[in-house]
Amino acid sequence: MAKSIDITDLDIYYGDFKAVEGVNMTIKAKAVTAFIGPSGCGKSTFLRSLNRMHEVIPGARVEGKVTVDGQSLYDSAIDPVEVRRRIGMVFQRPNPFPTMSIYENVLAGNRLNAKRMPKATADTIVEKSLRGANLWNEVKDRLGKPGMGLSGGQQQRLCIARAIAVEPEVLLMDEPCSALDPISTAAIEDLIHELKSDYTIVIVTHNMQQAARVSDDTGFFNLKAAGQPGHLVEFNPTKTMFTTPDNPDTEAYISGRFG
Amino acid sequence: MSLTASPEQTPTGPPESDSGSPARRSARLGDRIFAGAALGAGLLIMVVLAGVFIFLLIQGVPGLSVDPSTYGQGFDNFWSYVAPLLFGTIFISILALIVAVPFALAVALFISHYAPRRLATPVAYVIDLLAAVPSVVYGLWGGRALAQALKPVINWLGDYLNWIPLFKGPASPNGQTALTAALVLGVMILPIITAISREVFAQTPRLNEEAAIGLGATRWEVIRLAVLPYAKSGVIAGIMLGLGRALGETMAVTMVYSSSPKFTLNIIGDTSPQTIAANIANNYSEATPDKQHVLIAAGLVLFAFTFAVNFIARWAIGRGERNLAR
Ligand SMILES: Nc1ncnc2c1ncn2[C@@H]1O[C@H](COP(=O)(O)OP(=O)(O)OP(=O)(O)O)[C@@H](O)[C@H]1O
Ligand SMILES: [Mg+2]
Repeated sequence: MAKSIDITDLDIYYGDFKAVEGVNMTIKAKAVTAFIGPSGCGKSTFLRSLNRMHEVIPGARVEGKVTVDGQSLYDSAIDPVEVRRRIGMVFQRPNPFPTMSIYENVLAGNRLNAKRMPKATADTIVEKSLRGANLWNEVKDRLGKPGMGLSGGQQQRLCIARAIAVEPEVLLMDEPCSALDPISTAAIEDLIHELKSDYTIVIVTHNMQQAARVSDDTGFFNLKAAGQPGHLVEFNPTKTMFTTPDNPDTEAYISGRFG
Repeated sequence: MSLTASPEQTPTGPPESDSGSPARRSARLGDRIFAGAALGAGLLIMVVLAGVFIFLLIQGVPGLSVDPSTYGQGFDNFWSYVAPLLFGTIFISILALIVAVPFALAVALFISHYAPRRLATPVAYVIDLLAAVPSVVYGLWGGRALAQALKPVINWLGDYLNWIPLFKGPASPNGQTALTAALVLGVMILPIITAISREVFAQTPRLNEEAAIGLGATRWEVIRLAVLPYAKSGVIAGIMLGLGRALGETMAVTMVYSSSPKFTLNIIGDTSPQTIAANIANNYSEATPDKQHVLIAAGLVLFAFTFAVNFIARWAIGRGERNLAR
């Protein structure tokens, strides 16, 4: 079941360093929301605050409000582990479990939720997820081989398969295509289009065309100056962002005239 | 492709292409000195090890075939003499590992993954301190304080669990038993296993841990999915170092119980199996030259056995790593 996310006055810290400041936005359910912005402006940091991954770094914390379908994410009654099971994540760098086979990597999340599952169910989940991530044809004959034996791009698709295998409510993707060739990238974009009908998807990308192609809404993050916290400059429907943005900085960034 | 350049990023100069520059040449000299020093150190270790081995061989081989009366009552050749000692050594060492390994791994995980940093550093420090205590002190502590304290436990084991061969009894009245020695040995090998395990646990790539956290793994599940598989070979290496220390440890065993070279699984009885190292320490000073050869031959057996254990461990670790790589 897809969920919408409301963010109100969110500040994100690493210890004393404020990395992101004053974010307000609404991420729509069953839509793709893209974040763009220069390196270091806090896109990953912000994304990680949406499934409470941020706080696993010592000293890291957030202030402000994030609600998922009305339920406050940072409420003291909420178990962060539960949050992460429902809000899946694909990381900037591929990170399959090195000792596990391809098959077991896909199922890693499912195994956390249910220790025992019939072999047939497991097989179905593995095939469906790998097909979803456009990896099935390449690995179907070596599912028992270690996930680390795949190429970087294949590993990233394996991680996507692992994330969608548990059918999360929201899928957060941090530059999922930065290590992929154009064919795999197109496959992932197709996948995002398909997943959109069931999931809420948030994607960080440095690729403007990709943001324009896949997303419904786009948020542009920027830094006022180095060492200053990043902030959300503009958040609008993607069409508006790429044709008639409200903010001159957005237009400068998108058209490549920046800095 | 970043569009803003942060001020910290100084422009990188043109790459140094002039390979003949003085700086490059001195760097190469430094390289050569270091390589030479490393090779020298490696060779020195080999030479020392070979020296020990040759000494044991020259002094020990005559011990294999001395007059049977030298071995003591009931032994008609060297192997029947050394077999119970080797058994005792392995038996006590394994007991020590059973005591130490679970505890060491739990403490290491606590330090690396559970404790807040405020607590982790002092705990790690205290465990490291255990390694600095001389083994004679452990021997004294084990033979007196711990033996006293264990008396009720030993009695209880002898009364209620005597159907288990380990606790067959009759329970020793003074508490100076193989169980006591195993506990002392366990404490002695705890620091090395803990230190190595916590280092490898702490080195788990952030990437792998985040993969597990991102799937909604609890702390224990993160350890199971990401930390333990990664750390396995390092932990085995740590256990092997601990085992090596236990196999060679003399004082803790010599001072804790009176022993005799015999086979017994009973660890709470009055007489407990002798170990090779303790046997040498007990008998060397008043031994006849023939008996000295015998004792050194026993040392050679211990040397060979320890070597074999380490060799097998290396092989196991190497196999694990090859599996990991592909
Ligand atoms: N673990 C951390 N500890 C302290 N500061 C951090 C940490 N991770 C990131 N930061 C800082 O937070 C700021 C935002 O970083 P973040 O990784 O979110 O940027 P980003 O927009 O994702 O950049 P990129 O496009 O290069 O991935 C940066 O100034 C960075 O130095
Ligand atoms: Mg990033």
